[in-house]
Amino acid sequence: MIDLLQYDFMQRALLAALLIGLTAPAVGTFIVQRRLALLGDGIGHVALTGVALGFLTGTAPVLTAVLVSVLGAVAIELVRARGRTSGDVALALLFYGGIAGGVLLISLAPGGSNSTLMSYLFGSISTVTAQDVWVIGALAVAVLGVVAVFGRELFVLCQDEEVAKASGLPVRLLSLLIAVTAALTVVIAMRVVGLLLVSALMVVPVATGQQLTRGFRSTMLLAVVFGVLATVGGLTTSFYVEAPPGALIVLVALGGFVLALGLGRFVRRSRPQESRP
Amino acid sequence: MRGGQVSLDRRPVLRGIDLTVRSGEVVAVLGANGSGKSTLIRALLGLIPLSGGSTLLYGTPPARFRDWWRIGYVPQRLSVGGGVPSTIREVVASGRIARQRRFRRTSAADAAATSRALETVGLADRAGDPVQALSGGQQQRVLIARALAGEPDAFVMDEPTAGVDAASQRLLADTLAGLVAQGRTVVLVAHELGPMEPLITRAVVLRDGCVCHDGPPPRAVGTHALPGHDHVHPHAEESPASPLEWRPTS
Repeated sequence: MIDLLQYDFMQRALLAALLIGLTAPAVGTFIVQRRLALLGDGIGHVALTGVALGFLTGTAPVLTAVLVSVLGAVAIELVRARGRTSGDVALALLFYGGIAGGVLLISLAPGGSNSTLMSYLFGSISTVTAQDVWVIGALAVAVLGVVAVFGRELFVLCQDEEVAKASGLPVRLLSLLIAVTAALTVVIAMRVVGLLLVSALMVVPVATGQQLTRGFRSTMLLAVVFGVLATVGGLTTSFYVEAPPGALIVLVALGGFVLALGLGRFVRRSRPQESRP
Repeated sequence: MRGGQVSLDRRPVLRGIDLTVRSGEVVAVLGANGSGKSTLIRALLGLIPLSGGSTLLYGTPPARFRDWWRIGYVPQRLSVGGGVPSTIREVVASGRIARQRRFRRTSAADAAATSRALETVGLADRAGDPVQALSGGQQQRVLIARALAGEPDAFVMDEPTAGVDAASQRLLADTLAGLVAQGRTVVLVAHELGPMEPLITRAVVLRDGCVCHDGPPPRAVGTHALPGHDHVHPHAEESPASPLEWRPTS
Protein backbone atom coordinates (compact mmCIF):
# COMPACT_ATOMS: atom_id res chain seq x y z
CA MET A 1 0.00 0.00 0.00
CA ILE A 2 2.92 2.34 0.79
CA ASP A 3 4.66 1.85 -2.55
CA LEU A 4 1.37 2.49 -4.24
CA LEU A 5 1.14 5.95 -2.71
CA GLN A 6 4.57 6.91 -4.01
CA TYR A 7 3.10 7.57 -7.41
CA ASP A 8 1.38 10.90 -7.92
CA PHE A 9 -1.07 9.46 -10.40
CA MET A 10 -2.05 6.75 -7.93
CA GLN A 11 -2.64 9.33 -5.20
CA ARG A 12 -4.95 11.26 -7.49
CA ALA A 13 -6.64 8.11 -8.67
CA LEU A 14 -7.24 6.87 -5.12
CA LEU A 15 -8.67 10.21 -4.08
CA ALA A 16 -11.02 10.20 -7.06
CA ALA A 17 -12.00 6.59 -6.34
CA LEU A 18 -12.74 7.42 -2.72
CA LEU A 19 -14.98 10.35 -3.69
CA ILE A 20 -16.86 8.22 -6.17
CA GLY A 21 -17.25 5.39 -3.70
CA LEU A 22 -18.88 7.89 -1.36
CA THR A 23 -21.21 9.65 -3.78
CA ALA A 24 -22.44 7.06 -6.26
CA PRO A 25 -24.10 4.72 -3.73
CA ALA A 26 -25.60 7.64 -1.75
CA VAL A 27 -27.43 8.89 -4.83
CA GLY A 28 -28.00 5.34 -6.00
CA THR A 29 -30.04 4.50 -2.90
CA PHE A 30 -32.69 7.04 -3.87
CA ILE A 31 -32.63 5.99 -7.49
CA VAL A 32 -33.04 2.31 -6.67
CA GLN A 33 -35.84 3.11 -4.25
CA ARG A 34 -37.53 5.03 -7.03
CA ARG A 35 -37.21 2.05 -9.36
CA LEU A 36 -35.00 3.95 -11.75
CA ALA A 37 -31.97 1.70 -11.49
CA LEU A 38 -31.20 2.17 -15.17
CA LEU A 39 -31.29 5.97 -14.98
CA GLY A 40 -27.54 6.07 -14.45
CA ASP A 41 -27.01 4.03 -17.60
CA GLY A 42 -29.22 6.33 -19.63
CA ILE A 43 -27.37 9.40 -18.41
CA GLY A 44 -24.06 7.67 -19.01
CA HIS A 45 -24.86 7.12 -22.67
CA VAL A 46 -25.96 10.71 -23.08
CA ALA A 47 -22.80 11.93 -21.39
CA LEU A 48 -20.82 10.33 -24.20
CA THR A 49 -22.26 12.90 -26.58
CA GLY A 50 -21.11 15.53 -24.12
CA VAL A 51 -17.58 14.17 -24.08
CA ALA A 52 -17.41 14.15 -27.87
CA LEU A 53 -18.81 17.68 -27.94
CA GLY A 54 -15.96 18.73 -25.68
CA PHE A 55 -13.38 17.35 -28.12
CA LEU A 56 -15.17 18.92 -31.05
CA THR A 57 -15.32 22.37 -29.49
CA GLY A 58 -11.97 22.20 -27.76
CA THR A 59 -13.40 22.62 -24.25
CA ALA A 60 -12.79 20.30 -21.34
CA PRO A 61 -14.79 17.10 -21.97
CA VAL A 62 -15.72 16.88 -18.28
CA LEU A 63 -17.50 20.23 -18.45
CA THR A 64 -19.40 19.51 -21.64
CA ALA A 65 -20.26 16.08 -20.25
CA VAL A 66 -21.75 17.75 -17.16
CA LEU A 67 -23.78 20.08 -19.34
CA VAL A 68 -25.13 17.47 -21.73
CA SER A 69 -25.81 14.82 -19.11
CA VAL A 70 -27.71 17.30 -16.93
CA LEU A 71 -29.81 18.21 -19.97
CA GLY A 72 -30.31 14.53 -20.71
CA ALA A 73 -31.33 13.80 -17.12
CA VAL A 74 -33.84 16.63 -17.16
CA ALA A 75 -35.23 15.30 -20.44
CA ILE A 76 -35.60 11.80 -18.98
CA GLU A 77 -37.34 13.22 -15.91
CA LEU A 78 -39.75 15.31 -17.99
CA VAL A 79 -40.67 12.34 -20.18
CA ARG A 80 -41.11 10.18 -17.08
CA ALA A 81 -43.35 12.73 -15.38
CA ARG A 82 -45.53 13.21 -18.46
CA GLY A 83 -46.32 9.72 -19.57
CA ARG A 84 -45.40 7.08 -17.07
CA THR A 85 -45.90 4.14 -19.36
CA SER A 86 -43.38 5.10 -21.99
CA GLY A 87 -40.65 5.93 -19.47
CA ASP A 88 -38.47 2.96 -20.35
CA VAL A 89 -38.88 3.58 -24.06
CA ALA A 90 -37.82 7.19 -23.60
CA LEU A 91 -34.81 5.94 -21.68
CA ALA A 92 -33.95 3.55 -24.50
CA LEU A 93 -34.20 6.33 -27.09
CA LEU A 94 -31.72 8.37 -25.07
CA PHE A 95 -29.37 5.38 -24.84
CA TYR A 96 -29.12 5.10 -28.61
CA GLY A 97 -29.16 8.82 -29.28
CA GLY A 98 -26.37 9.37 -26.79
CA ILE A 99 -24.06 6.72 -28.24
CA ALA A 100 -24.79 7.62 -31.85
CA GLY A 101 -24.34 11.31 -31.14
CA GLY A 102 -21.06 10.66 -29.38
CA VAL A 103 -19.64 8.54 -32.17
CA LEU A 104 -20.73 11.02 -34.83
CA LEU A 105 -19.40 14.08 -33.04
CA ILE A 106 -16.04 12.49 -32.21
CA SER A 107 -15.51 11.60 -35.87
CA LEU A 108 -16.00 15.26 -36.72
CA ALA A 109 -13.54 16.41 -34.07
CA PRO A 110 -10.00 17.12 -35.27
CA GLY A 111 -7.86 14.04 -34.63
CA GLY A 112 -10.71 12.34 -32.77
CA SER A 113 -11.62 8.72 -33.24
CA ASN A 114 -13.58 6.07 -31.47
CA SER A 115 -10.48 5.14 -29.51
CA THR A 116 -10.58 8.60 -27.94
CA LEU A 117 -13.95 7.69 -26.54
CA MET A 118 -12.69 4.40 -25.18
CA SER A 119 -11.03 6.00 -22.17
CA TYR A 120 -14.39 7.54 -21.29
CA LEU A 121 -16.42 4.45 -22.01
CA PHE A 122 -14.29 2.22 -19.82
CA GLY A 123 -12.50 4.76 -17.65
CA SER A 124 -8.84 5.55 -17.41
CA ILE A 125 -8.15 6.40 -13.86
CA SER A 126 -4.39 6.47 -14.35
CA THR A 127 -4.72 9.56 -16.54
CA VAL A 128 -6.71 11.52 -13.97
CA THR A 129 -5.21 15.00 -13.72
CA ALA A 130 -5.04 17.27 -10.69
CA GLN A 131 -7.70 19.43 -12.32
CA ASP A 132 -9.96 16.39 -12.69
CA VAL A 133 -9.60 15.67 -8.98
CA TRP A 134 -10.66 19.22 -8.14
CA VAL A 135 -13.70 19.00 -10.41
CA ILE A 136 -14.61 15.60 -9.00
CA GLY A 137 -14.15 16.93 -5.46
CA ALA A 138 -16.41 19.91 -6.07
CA LEU A 139 -19.10 17.79 -7.69
CA ALA A 140 -18.90 15.25 -4.88
CA VAL A 141 -19.40 17.99 -2.28
CA ALA A 142 -22.40 19.26 -4.24
CA VAL A 143 -23.94 15.79 -4.53
CA LEU A 144 -23.42 14.88 -0.87
CA GLY A 145 -24.73 18.31 0.12
CA VAL A 146 -27.94 17.66 -1.78
CA VAL A 147 -28.34 14.29 -0.09
CA ALA A 148 -27.71 15.80 3.35
CA VAL A 149 -30.03 18.78 2.94
CA PHE A 150 -32.85 17.25 0.92
CA GLY A 151 -32.51 13.64 2.05
CA ARG A 152 -35.65 13.64 4.16
CA GLU A 153 -37.77 15.13 1.40
CA LEU A 154 -36.25 12.87 -1.23
CA PHE A 155 -37.10 9.86 0.93
CA VAL A 156 -40.77 10.84 0.94
CA LEU A 157 -40.69 11.57 -2.78
CA CYS A 158 -39.08 8.27 -3.69
CA GLN A 159 -41.57 6.42 -1.54
CA ASP A 160 -44.73 7.91 -2.97
CA GLU A 161 -44.99 10.93 -5.20
CA GLU A 162 -48.62 11.62 -4.34
CA VAL A 163 -47.95 11.62 -0.63
CA ALA A 164 -45.03 13.95 -1.25
CA LYS A 165 -47.37 16.26 -3.10
CA ALA A 166 -49.99 16.02 -0.37
CA SER A 167 -47.28 16.93 2.12
CA GLY A 168 -46.65 20.16 0.25
CA LEU A 169 -43.24 19.17 -1.12
CA PRO A 170 -42.07 20.72 -4.38
CA VAL A 171 -42.35 17.42 -6.22
CA ARG A 172 -41.26 18.60 -9.64
CA LEU A 173 -38.27 20.45 -8.27
CA LEU A 174 -37.17 17.49 -6.16
CA SER A 175 -37.54 15.10 -9.09
CA LEU A 176 -35.34 17.33 -11.20
CA LEU A 177 -32.92 17.60 -8.31
CA ILE A 178 -32.55 13.81 -8.19
CA ALA A 179 -32.08 13.63 -11.95
CA VAL A 180 -29.46 16.38 -11.95
CA THR A 181 -27.67 14.89 -8.96
CA ALA A 182 -27.57 11.55 -10.76
CA ALA A 183 -26.14 13.26 -13.83
CA LEU A 184 -23.40 14.90 -11.79
CA THR A 185 -22.58 11.57 -10.19
CA VAL A 186 -22.28 9.93 -13.58
CA VAL A 187 -19.78 12.53 -14.71
CA ILE A 188 -17.82 12.20 -11.48
CA ALA A 189 -17.56 8.46 -11.91
CA MET A 190 -16.93 8.60 -15.65
CA ARG A 191 -13.16 9.01 -15.38
CA VAL A 192 -12.79 6.16 -12.95
CA VAL A 193 -15.07 3.34 -14.00
CA GLY A 194 -16.15 4.57 -17.41
CA LEU A 195 -19.57 5.56 -18.66
CA LEU A 196 -20.65 2.01 -19.39
CA LEU A 197 -20.01 0.88 -15.83
CA VAL A 198 -21.03 4.01 -13.92
CA SER A 199 -24.44 2.73 -13.10
CA ALA A 200 -22.98 -0.35 -11.46
CA LEU A 201 -21.54 1.82 -8.69
CA MET A 202 -24.93 3.43 -8.13
CA VAL A 203 -26.83 0.17 -8.02
CA VAL A 204 -24.62 -2.73 -6.92
CA PRO A 205 -23.53 -1.36 -3.50
CA VAL A 206 -27.17 -0.55 -2.74
CA ALA A 207 -28.24 -4.05 -3.73
CA THR A 208 -25.44 -5.37 -1.51
CA GLY A 209 -26.42 -3.20 1.42
CA GLN A 210 -30.06 -4.16 1.42
CA GLN A 211 -29.24 -7.82 1.77
CA LEU A 212 -28.05 -7.08 5.29
CA THR A 213 -30.21 -4.20 6.48
CA ARG A 214 -33.80 -3.49 7.37
CA GLY A 215 -33.93 0.28 7.07
CA PHE A 216 -33.34 2.97 4.48
CA ARG A 217 -30.72 4.92 6.35
CA SER A 218 -28.73 1.84 7.26
CA THR A 219 -28.92 0.63 3.66
CA MET A 220 -27.50 3.91 2.46
CA LEU A 221 -24.68 3.91 5.00
CA LEU A 222 -23.76 0.34 4.23
CA ALA A 223 -23.97 1.01 0.49
CA VAL A 224 -21.51 3.87 0.88
CA VAL A 225 -19.14 1.64 2.85
CA PHE A 226 -19.37 -1.05 0.16
CA GLY A 227 -18.95 1.59 -2.53
CA VAL A 228 -15.72 2.89 -1.02
CA LEU A 229 -14.42 -0.63 -0.44
CA ALA A 230 -15.14 -1.53 -4.06
CA THR A 231 -13.59 1.55 -5.66
CA VAL A 232 -10.51 1.71 -3.46
CA GLY A 233 -10.12 -2.08 -3.34
CA GLY A 234 -10.61 -2.49 -7.08
CA LEU A 235 -8.19 0.28 -7.90
CA THR A 236 -5.52 -1.05 -5.55
CA THR A 237 -5.87 -4.51 -7.03
CA SER A 238 -5.58 -3.14 -10.54
CA PHE A 239 -2.27 -1.53 -9.58
CA TYR A 240 -0.79 -4.90 -8.66
CA VAL A 241 -2.32 -7.16 -11.27
CA GLU A 242 -2.25 -4.68 -14.16
CA ALA A 243 -5.90 -4.99 -15.12
CA PRO A 244 -8.34 -2.22 -16.07
CA PRO A 245 -9.47 -0.59 -12.80
CA GLY A 246 -13.06 0.08 -13.92
CA ALA A 247 -13.71 -3.58 -14.54
CA LEU A 248 -12.02 -4.66 -11.33
CA ILE A 249 -13.99 -2.14 -9.26
CA VAL A 250 -17.27 -3.43 -10.63
CA LEU A 251 -16.24 -7.06 -10.18
CA VAL A 252 -15.20 -6.40 -6.59
CA ALA A 253 -18.60 -4.76 -6.02
CA LEU A 254 -20.38 -7.74 -7.56
CA GLY A 255 -18.29 -10.13 -5.48
CA GLY A 256 -19.38 -8.23 -2.39
CA PHE A 257 -22.97 -8.58 -3.50
CA VAL A 258 -22.71 -12.34 -3.84
CA LEU A 259 -21.12 -12.58 -0.38
CA ALA A 260 -23.82 -10.36 1.12
CA LEU A 261 -26.50 -12.46 -0.54
CA GLY A 262 -25.30 -15.56 1.30
CA LEU A 263 -24.65 -13.70 4.53
CA GLY A 264 -28.03 -11.97 4.36
CA ARG A 265 -29.81 -15.26 4.08
CA PHE A 266 -27.93 -16.51 7.11
CA VAL A 267 -28.69 -13.35 9.11
CA ARG A 268 -32.35 -13.48 8.24
CA ARG A 269 -32.65 -17.09 9.21
CA SER A 270 -31.11 -16.46 12.61
CA ARG A 271 -33.61 -13.70 13.30
CA PRO A 272 -36.49 -15.13 15.30
CA GLN A 273 -39.38 -13.01 14.09
CA GLU A 274 -39.63 -11.46 10.72
CA SER A 275 -42.47 -13.39 9.27
CA ARG A 276 -46.01 -12.16 9.34
CA PRO A 277 -48.08 -13.28 12.29
CA MET B 1 -62.08 21.89 7.52
CA ARG B 2 -62.60 25.46 8.32
CA GLY B 3 -62.85 27.03 4.92
CA GLY B 4 -64.43 23.94 3.46
CA GLN B 5 -63.52 22.16 0.31
CA VAL B 6 -65.23 22.81 -2.97
CA SER B 7 -64.65 20.73 -6.01
CA LEU B 8 -66.17 21.30 -9.40
CA ASP B 9 -64.78 18.71 -11.70
CA ARG B 10 -65.81 18.17 -15.27
CA ARG B 11 -63.59 15.30 -16.23
CA PRO B 12 -65.28 12.31 -17.74
CA VAL B 13 -64.55 10.49 -14.48
CA LEU B 14 -66.21 13.13 -12.37
CA ARG B 15 -68.90 15.17 -13.98
CA GLY B 16 -69.66 18.28 -12.06
CA ILE B 17 -69.30 17.61 -8.40
CA ASP B 18 -70.04 20.10 -5.69
CA LEU B 19 -68.81 19.03 -2.34
CA THR B 20 -67.94 20.94 0.78
CA VAL B 21 -66.50 19.13 3.73
CA ARG B 22 -67.02 21.01 6.96
CA SER B 23 -64.74 20.88 9.93
CA GLY B 24 -65.35 17.92 12.23
CA GLU B 25 -67.30 15.90 9.73
CA VAL B 26 -66.63 12.23 9.14
CA VAL B 27 -67.44 11.71 5.51
CA ALA B 28 -67.52 8.36 3.79
CA VAL B 29 -67.24 8.41 0.02
CA LEU B 30 -69.02 5.32 -1.26
CA GLY B 31 -69.70 3.92 -4.67
CA ALA B 32 -69.03 1.14 -7.12
CA ASN B 33 -65.64 0.31 -8.56
CA GLY B 34 -64.76 2.93 -11.14
CA SER B 35 -67.34 5.40 -9.89
CA GLY B 36 -64.54 7.89 -9.29
CA LYS B 37 -64.16 7.74 -5.51
CA SER B 38 -60.38 7.80 -5.46
CA THR B 39 -60.32 10.34 -8.26
CA LEU B 40 -62.61 12.56 -6.26
CA ILE B 41 -60.47 12.72 -3.16
CA ARG B 42 -57.26 13.06 -5.14
CA ALA B 43 -58.81 15.91 -7.09
CA LEU B 44 -60.00 17.49 -3.85
CA LEU B 45 -56.39 17.60 -2.69
CA GLY B 46 -55.13 18.89 -6.01
CA LEU B 47 -53.09 15.75 -6.65
CA ILE B 48 -54.59 15.39 -10.09
CA PRO B 49 -55.48 18.40 -12.20
CA LEU B 50 -59.07 19.44 -12.73
CA SER B 51 -60.28 19.92 -16.28
CA GLY B 52 -62.98 22.25 -15.06
CA GLY B 53 -64.14 23.83 -11.88
CA SER B 54 -61.95 24.43 -8.89
CA THR B 55 -61.04 22.99 -5.57
CA LEU B 56 -60.09 24.84 -2.41
CA LEU B 57 -58.20 23.61 0.62
CA TYR B 58 -59.06 25.70 3.64
CA GLY B 59 -60.08 28.43 1.25
CA THR B 60 -56.89 28.29 -0.83
CA PRO B 61 -56.29 26.65 -4.22
CA PRO B 62 -53.89 23.68 -3.86
CA ALA B 63 -51.14 25.38 -5.87
CA ARG B 64 -50.96 28.20 -3.35
CA PHE B 65 -51.82 26.13 -0.32
CA ARG B 66 -49.01 26.23 2.26
CA ASP B 67 -50.44 24.57 5.35
CA TRP B 68 -50.08 21.01 4.09
CA TRP B 69 -49.43 19.83 7.64
CA ARG B 70 -53.14 20.30 8.25
CA ILE B 71 -53.91 17.42 5.90
CA GLY B 72 -52.95 13.78 6.38
CA TYR B 73 -53.30 11.81 3.17
CA VAL B 74 -53.42 8.02 3.33
CA PRO B 75 -52.97 6.56 -0.14
CA GLN B 76 -54.60 3.37 -1.27
CA ARG B 77 -51.64 1.06 -0.98
CA LEU B 78 -48.15 1.11 0.32
CA SER B 79 -45.88 1.96 -2.53
CA VAL B 80 -42.56 1.74 -0.81
CA GLY B 81 -41.31 0.92 -4.23
CA GLY B 82 -37.91 -0.24 -5.24
CA GLY B 83 -35.90 -2.82 -3.46
CA VAL B 84 -34.59 -0.53 -0.76
CA PRO B 85 -36.01 -1.65 2.59
CA SER B 86 -37.36 0.97 4.97
CA THR B 87 -38.18 0.38 8.60
CA ILE B 88 -41.68 1.00 9.87
CA ARG B 89 -40.36 3.81 11.97
CA GLU B 90 -38.66 5.48 9.02
CA VAL B 91 -41.86 5.45 7.01
CA VAL B 92 -43.99 6.68 9.89
CA ALA B 93 -41.47 9.39 10.77
CA SER B 94 -41.63 10.66 7.20
CA GLY B 95 -45.21 11.74 7.96
CA ARG B 96 -43.68 14.64 9.87
CA ILE B 97 -42.23 16.09 6.69
CA ALA B 98 -44.83 18.83 6.26
CA ARG B 99 -44.02 20.10 9.73
CA GLN B 100 -40.25 20.04 9.34
CA ARG B 101 -37.94 22.70 8.04
CA ARG B 102 -35.35 21.84 5.47
CA PHE B 103 -32.25 22.71 7.44
CA ARG B 104 -33.47 21.54 10.84
CA ARG B 105 -32.71 18.16 12.23
CA THR B 106 -35.43 15.84 13.45
CA SER B 107 -36.61 17.22 16.78
CA ALA B 108 -37.71 15.53 19.98
CA ALA B 109 -41.30 16.52 19.16
CA ASP B 110 -40.99 14.70 15.83
CA ALA B 111 -39.70 11.57 17.54
CA ALA B 112 -42.44 11.72 20.17
CA ALA B 113 -45.20 12.12 17.58
CA THR B 114 -43.77 9.21 15.60
CA SER B 115 -43.75 7.00 18.70
CA ARG B 116 -47.32 7.98 19.57
CA ALA B 117 -48.49 7.16 16.06
CA LEU B 118 -46.78 3.77 16.25
CA GLU B 119 -48.44 3.08 19.62
CA THR B 120 -51.83 4.02 18.24
CA VAL B 121 -51.71 1.49 15.45
CA GLY B 122 -50.12 -1.15 17.66
CA LEU B 123 -46.85 -1.44 15.77
CA ALA B 124 -44.51 0.10 18.34
CA ASP B 125 -42.84 -3.22 19.05
CA ARG B 126 -42.06 -3.76 15.39
CA ALA B 127 -40.78 -0.26 14.62
CA GLY B 128 -37.42 -1.59 13.46
CA ASP B 129 -38.80 -4.13 11.03
CA PRO B 130 -38.84 -3.44 7.31
CA VAL B 131 -42.29 -2.50 6.00
CA GLN B 132 -41.81 -4.95 3.17
CA ALA B 133 -42.09 -7.81 5.68
CA LEU B 134 -45.59 -6.80 6.76
CA SER B 135 -48.94 -8.12 5.68
CA GLY B 136 -51.37 -5.94 3.74
CA GLY B 137 -53.36 -4.96 6.82
CA GLN B 138 -50.23 -4.07 8.76
CA GLN B 139 -48.91 -2.00 5.86
CA GLN B 140 -52.17 -0.12 5.86
CA ARG B 141 -51.67 0.57 9.54
CA VAL B 142 -48.20 1.93 8.76
CA LEU B 143 -49.71 4.31 6.23
CA ILE B 144 -52.29 5.50 8.73
CA ALA B 145 -49.59 5.92 11.37
CA ARG B 146 -47.64 8.03 8.90
CA ALA B 147 -50.61 10.37 8.56
CA LEU B 148 -51.15 10.34 12.35
CA ALA B 149 -47.52 11.29 12.93
CA GLY B 150 -48.07 14.56 11.08
CA GLU B 151 -50.85 15.44 13.54
CA PRO B 152 -53.07 16.96 10.88
CA ASP B 153 -56.51 18.52 11.34
CA ALA B 154 -58.02 16.56 8.52
CA PHE B 155 -57.46 13.00 7.35
CA VAL B 156 -58.08 11.93 3.80
CA MET B 157 -57.99 8.15 3.45
CA ASP B 158 -58.26 6.19 0.24
CA GLU B 159 -59.76 2.76 0.92
CA PRO B 160 -58.20 2.25 4.35
CA THR B 161 -60.13 -1.00 4.73
CA ALA B 162 -59.46 -2.59 1.35
CA GLY B 163 -57.90 -6.00 1.76
CA VAL B 164 -57.42 -5.51 5.47
CA ASP B 165 -57.92 -8.30 8.01
CA ALA B 166 -60.64 -8.05 10.63
CA ALA B 167 -58.27 -7.20 13.47
CA SER B 168 -56.76 -4.31 11.55
CA GLN B 169 -60.23 -3.07 10.62
CA ARG B 170 -61.25 -3.07 14.26
CA LEU B 171 -58.07 -1.22 15.18
CA LEU B 172 -58.65 1.28 12.42
CA ALA B 173 -62.16 1.94 13.68
CA ASP B 174 -60.82 2.50 17.20
CA THR B 175 -58.18 4.88 15.89
CA LEU B 176 -60.80 6.71 13.92
CA ALA B 177 -63.05 6.97 16.98
CA GLY B 178 -60.16 8.61 18.84
CA LEU B 179 -59.69 11.12 16.05
CA VAL B 180 -63.37 11.90 15.88
CA ALA B 181 -63.41 12.46 19.64
CA GLN B 182 -60.65 15.03 19.13
CA GLY B 183 -62.82 16.81 16.61
CA ARG B 184 -60.67 15.98 13.58
CA THR B 185 -62.16 15.93 10.12
CA VAL B 186 -62.07 12.63 8.26
CA VAL B 187 -62.83 11.91 4.64
CA LEU B 188 -62.52 8.29 3.65
CA VAL B 189 -63.18 6.23 0.61
CA ALA B 190 -64.58 2.83 1.37
CA HIS B 191 -66.00 -0.24 -0.17
CA GLU B 192 -67.38 -1.51 3.07
CA LEU B 193 -67.52 0.43 6.27
CA GLY B 194 -67.50 -2.53 8.62
CA PRO B 195 -66.74 -1.51 12.21
CA MET B 196 -66.26 2.15 11.16
CA GLU B 197 -69.90 2.43 10.26
CA PRO B 198 -71.24 4.07 13.48
CA LEU B 199 -68.61 6.82 13.24
CA ILE B 200 -69.66 8.14 9.87
CA THR B 201 -71.64 11.38 10.06
CA ARG B 202 -72.17 11.85 6.35
CA ALA B 203 -72.16 9.62 3.33
CA VAL B 204 -71.42 10.74 -0.21
CA VAL B 205 -72.32 8.15 -2.78
CA LEU B 206 -70.84 8.42 -6.23
CA ARG B 207 -72.32 6.90 -9.32
CA ASP B 208 -71.03 7.38 -12.86
CA GLY B 209 -68.97 10.35 -11.77
CA CYS B 210 -71.85 12.15 -10.07
CA VAL B 211 -72.95 12.47 -6.50
CA CYS B 212 -76.12 10.45 -6.26
CA HIS B 213 -76.51 10.73 -2.52
CA ASP B 214 -75.15 13.21 -0.03
CA GLY B 215 -76.48 13.15 3.48
CA PRO B 216 -76.66 11.21 6.66
CA PRO B 217 -75.46 7.66 6.37
CA PRO B 218 -77.96 4.89 6.60
CA ARG B 219 -77.99 3.42 10.05
CA ALA B 220 -77.64 -0.28 10.43
CA VAL B 221 -80.02 -2.11 12.63
CA GLY B 222 -78.75 -4.93 14.76
CA THR B 223 -75.87 -6.79 13.23
CA HIS B 224 -76.35 -5.49 9.72
CA ALA B 225 -73.21 -4.72 7.82
CA LEU B 226 -72.73 -2.55 4.80
CA PRO B 227 -72.42 -4.85 1.82
CA GLY B 228 -70.78 -2.19 -0.29
CA HIS B 229 -70.27 -1.52 -3.93
CA ASP B 230 -72.75 -3.59 -5.80
CA HIS B 231 -75.67 -2.45 -3.73
CA VAL B 232 -75.84 1.21 -4.61
CA HIS B 233 -79.49 2.00 -4.91
CA PRO B 234 -80.43 3.04 -8.44
CA HIS B 235 -83.02 5.57 -7.28
CA ALA B 236 -81.21 7.40 -4.57
CA GLU B 237 -83.10 10.65 -5.16
CA GLU B 238 -86.40 9.00 -4.34
CA SER B 239 -85.23 7.64 -1.06
CA PRO B 240 -82.37 9.82 0.07
CA ALA B 241 -82.17 8.30 3.50
CA SER B 242 -81.23 4.87 2.22
CA PRO B 243 -79.08 4.95 -0.86
CA LEU B 244 -77.77 1.52 -0.06
CA GLU B 245 -79.55 -1.70 0.03
CA TRP B 246 -79.16 -3.79 3.07
CA ARG B 247 -78.56 -7.41 3.45
CA PRO B 248 -78.36 -9.06 6.82
CA THR B 249 -75.19 -10.98 7.34
CA SER B 250 -75.18 -14.22 9.13
